Amino acid sequence: MRTKISIETVMGAFVKDIELISGQDLLACNQCGKCSSGCPVVDALDVLPSAILRLAQLGIEDVLEAQTIWTCASCLTCVSRCPKDVDLPRVMEALRTIAMQRGIQPVDVAAVPDELVADLPQMAIIGGFRKFSI
Amino acid sequence: MGTPYFPGCTLSTKAKSFDVSGRAVAEALGMPLDELTDWQCCGATFPLSTDNSMALIAPARILIQAEQQGDPQTGTGKVATLCAICYNVLKRTNVALRERPEQLERINWFISTDTTTQGLTYHSKIEVVHFLEMLRDDLGWDALRQKVEEANGQNRVKGLKVAPYYGCLLLRPPDEMGLDDPEAPVILSDFLRALGAEPVEFAFQSECCGSYLAASKPDVPQALSNTIIEQAAQAGAQAIVTACPLCQYNLDKRAATARSTAKLPTLYFTQLLAIALGLSEEAWALDGHYIDPAPLFAVKSEI
Repeated sequence: MRTKISIETVMGAFVKDIELISGQDLLACNQCGKCSSGCPVVDALDVLPSAILRLAQLGIEDVLEAQTIWTCASCLTCVSRCPKDVDLPRVMEALRTIAMQRGIQPVDVAAVPDELVADLPQMAIIGGFRKFSI
Repeated sequence: MGTPYFPGCTLSTKAKSFDVSGRAVAEALGMPLDELTDWQCCGATFPLSTDNSMALIAPARILIQAEQQGDPQTGTGKVATLCAICYNVLKRTNVALRERPEQLERINWFISTDTTTQGLTYHSKIEVVHFLEMLRDDLGWDALRQKVEEANGQNRVKGLKVAPYYGCLLLRPPDEMGLDDPEAPVILSDFLRALGAEPVEFAFQSECCGSYLAASKPDVPQALSNTIIEQAAQAGAQAIVTACPLCQYNLDKRAATARSTAKLPTLYFTQLLAIALGLSEEAWALDGHYIDPAPLFAVKSEI
């Protein structure tokens, strides 16, 4: 599979969108990997947190297909440890926002079993679905 | 006159025990919590996209209501929370609106035109405090220790080995929350010592329980919560305390259904405080737990 990386994609609209929504300068990340090392859900991810940022830096739109952005629990450990103060949770939210704008919506509210909905503290449903779905 | 208090949606229903025990201990300690007269859910998550003004309206409304119960003229005052997520949402909203005055202006315009908050605007001067902060900074640990010692005779918490569990949103992001060190927090350990309990520190004190994934990917909180419980048990804990209803749910219910044999009860810190202060069992509000904490506090003569 060929992926084109060019100055056009790095400086293009997709990257600008991510930076606008997240308020972050993606190129500030120097790929040290502290975020991936501290991520509590790393075992459940298909793409490492630091790799998500790398894909975003390069403007590779396949990043929107990653399950990682829907498994991020927004624990904020990564941003608390980043030596460059890059707010990765905000980048994750920007990627989810853009994905949903393009019709990518893997989290199905209707599919949650009734017993689970009845059991959960409502903050999990309110916060969870505001975060992971439209 | 007490501190304006925002209970939040979950404390009013599924986590009523946190609210009941919280109000009872606040009253007993002479620092009562006065519920806001008009409030709604804070939204249960702080919007991480910078242009999401809609999501800031709910917390801004709450802060405006706190102004009404503080000093409406100057816009100064406080709002206290027990729920860690409410604390995070309100505190981060404050920071966001102070940093982005044009967003505050837009939100204020929207709120002031709404029929229920006509003419009201947010002056961004409200101080958002967590009850733990009030115990540490307004009362002090020495004073708390004294109150526990002066309470009616038997301290059922004395010597109990309790693991302090912070979760995520009480402490992070550290530059905005500023409650305690995010990597080596001490506030819950200090609290436990003041109660006469023995804090059992362990490596997973501020590791995520899985949070909202309990709704969308329940396997993840099950694994994370299970690890936290196992680690606390291995460190010798008899119970865990928390300040978040979602953490409490994940640690209590989710971990209990995992394969681990460690069955530690998970209490809200206010429940432990109610017990230590010798308040009525009604104030302990120990019903509704999946793993029942009551046996830890029963006296031999009562069995």
